[in-house]
Amino acid sequence: MITIDTVSKKYGKAEVLNVASIEIPTGQSFGLVGNNGAGKTTLFNILLDLIRPTTGAIINNDIVVNQSEDWKNFTGSFIDESFLIGYLTPEEYFDFIGDLRGMNKADVKTFIAKFDEFFNDEIIGKKKYLRDLSKGNQKKAGIVAAMMGNPQVVILDEPFANLDPTTQIRLKKIIKELTENKEVTVLVSSHDLTHVTEVCERIVVLEKGSVVKDIVTSTETLKELESYFAE
Amino acid sequence: MISHFLKLEWKQFFRSASFGKSVALKIVMGFFALWMLLGFLSISVGGYFILKEEFPDKDPFIVVNNFLIFLLISDLIMRYILQKIPVMDIKPMLILSIKKKKLVNYILTKSIFSFFNFGALILYIPFSIVLISKGYNLVGVLGWLFFMLMLTLCINFINFLINKNNIALGVLVVFLAVVWLSYQYQFLDITVYFGKAFYAVYNYPILSIIALLSVTIFYYLNFKQLSNALYLDGAIKLKEEEVNSADLSFIDKFGDVAPFIKNDIRLIWRNKRTKMVFFMSFFFLLFGLVFFTVKTYRDSEIWQLYGCIFLTGGFAMNYGQFVPAWDSEHYRMLMTQNFSYRKFLESKWFLMVVMTVVLFILSTPYIYFGLDKYLLIVAGFFFNIGFTPLVMLYMGAFNKKRIDLGASGFGNTQGTSAAQFIVMLPVLVFPIIIYALVNYFVGFNAAIIAIAAVGIISILLRNSIMNFIEKKYQQKKYSTLHGFKQSE
Repeated sequence: MITIDTVSKKYGKAEVLNVASIEIPTGQSFGLVGNNGAGKTTLFNILLDLIRPTTGAIINNDIVVNQSEDWKNFTGSFIDESFLIGYLTPEEYFDFIGDLRGMNKADVKTFIAKFDEFFNDEIIGKKKYLRDLSKGNQKKAGIVAAMMGNPQVVILDEPFANLDPTTQIRLKKIIKELTENKEVTVLVSSHDLTHVTEVCERIVVLEKGSVVKDIVTSTETLKELESYFAE
Repeated sequence: MISHFLKLEWKQFFRSASFGKSVALKIVMGFFALWMLLGFLSISVGGYFILKEEFPDKDPFIVVNNFLIFLLISDLIMRYILQKIPVMDIKPMLILSIKKKKLVNYILTKSIFSFFNFGALILYIPFSIVLISKGYNLVGVLGWLFFMLMLTLCINFINFLINKNNIALGVLVVFLAVVWLSYQYQFLDITVYFGKAFYAVYNYPILSIIALLSVTIFYYLNFKQLSNALYLDGAIKLKEEEVNSADLSFIDKFGDVAPFIKNDIRLIWRNKRTKMVFFMSFFFLLFGLVFFTVKTYRDSEIWQLYGCIFLTGGFAMNYGQFVPAWDSEHYRMLMTQNFSYRKFLESKWFLMVVMTVVLFILSTPYIYFGLDKYLLIVAGFFFNIGFTPLVMLYMGAFNKKRIDLGASGFGNTQGTSAAQFIVMLPVLVFPIIIYALVNYFVGFNAAIIAIAAVGIISILLRNSIMNFIEKKYQQKKYSTLHGFKQSE
């Protein structure tokens, strides 16, 4: 589904990312871990054509992302709160995204209704603008919006950060359901080793911009990662 | 798609943080807007007749054409300083399934509907109507009008191309200066050539096509530039300011208060809004030019007294009226620290006094207008160094409106409440009362001395007044904390 081909990013002389090759098959749940500055967000930004790579390219479902924009039709993503439209209410925001993804108001309503439990009564019908929601609630809205319109690829940067424990558990359930049928490819980055090992079948560790580990998740993975980062 | 964008525009406008202000503030802002509109209209409608009266032997239309080059360059300079392409608005759209081409067209089209271009409409259209009614050639005037409006759009787009390029600004300022000098000294008067060019459009309206072509070209250039820069590390990058860490260690001499003074200097220097206050205080220095020269004020002692208080008090008033709200974002943190209120307040007092002294020194050239005027400034100085800072600090204890330092500086009224108007009252009314009383019973000189005396007495009593103010702040601590927590 996604091919990362010798992608590197340099700012002046500093190289922030240098990935030789990663192949992500359709339906895989892919986890990206690494310390601050390891290049996780940079990689996602390049994947979403939000920044241009210095060398190499990323191919999303046969589309080179910085050459054509057709990948936008089947890719949903949420990076951080600055990607929300702050002056809209969550409902208006969902309607807007739904429209872009070819859903009518009723579709949006049924879709959103599925997330009642996830929202925990804090998003819908609150008469608040997105900018006035707490970070955690903004994140909930952003994550759900990223899943609208049956995307084939879902990219979530640090989805667990700022969420309360209950919501974290519910989000894990949602991600697992998403990849159940092996049709949707999910890419998740996180600082929380427990969460990623739980939801991702494959985990890549970045350090200073390079891939240092590429593991198929097993019962040993958490221990392996913990001992790696403890060093 | 367009309907989506329009809906978003509508919501953005009516839900912007600045729109949700209190009714009183809205009314005041409304008045200002109306005032500016009327000002523009009176220039554009009355301009023709005023010029006719001032230069009876010249054709007002030609005078205007000669003058246009000044207007256009100043327009560009003003836009350079104030107008930015609203590129941040589309950040959320980047990860949605919308083509980049559409986004770029959207922000460029959006920029056409800016306030600056609206100003051109109310300037040129009424003027053209007057021209037509005075018997100028209809087609010619319409061609000229079209040309001017297109030229305004050209400026709109040129501004985005040269955006934040200091060399471009330098070139513009030098060009403006050269044109002005050539006009002033009638040496190779460039304005005439530009005037002829603009007048030619009136004679041959077909020439206005040139402006339309230019708009298209500049639009295209913008389109290309922006399409290539629609990246998080391109145009849509939050400006990360280079840290400017000036060495402030010389302030350490001031002992206990020094850390606070250093903090306050950094606060002023590193935030847009406070920087604006800082620069505005130098602008207030120019008040004297108005009050000493303009006919209405020149012969009125009371107006001049006003002028002189503003002259040196600009900083103390504008900065002081928002103490302690400047620190509202981290006020809670401050209150958990081990320090005395006194030091916090002394630092603010110190800054206001130092700036007042600086402004006073800078006002020395006003001696040119005569010693009696200068003595007014001296009296105002004493008043501002003694009385004003203490009043501002005292009133600050009642200040409960939060200020977000990150917000823009220009025309930002956030954190303004009725308190700010009340704060100004003692500083503006008190000297007038003293002046009126003493002037009536004793005489002008005695009145001036009395105002200076108020300042000097305040300085002498400073310690006990500061004690009193400190207590007030301690009393009000909890309500202030509560107030600063509320975002607007």
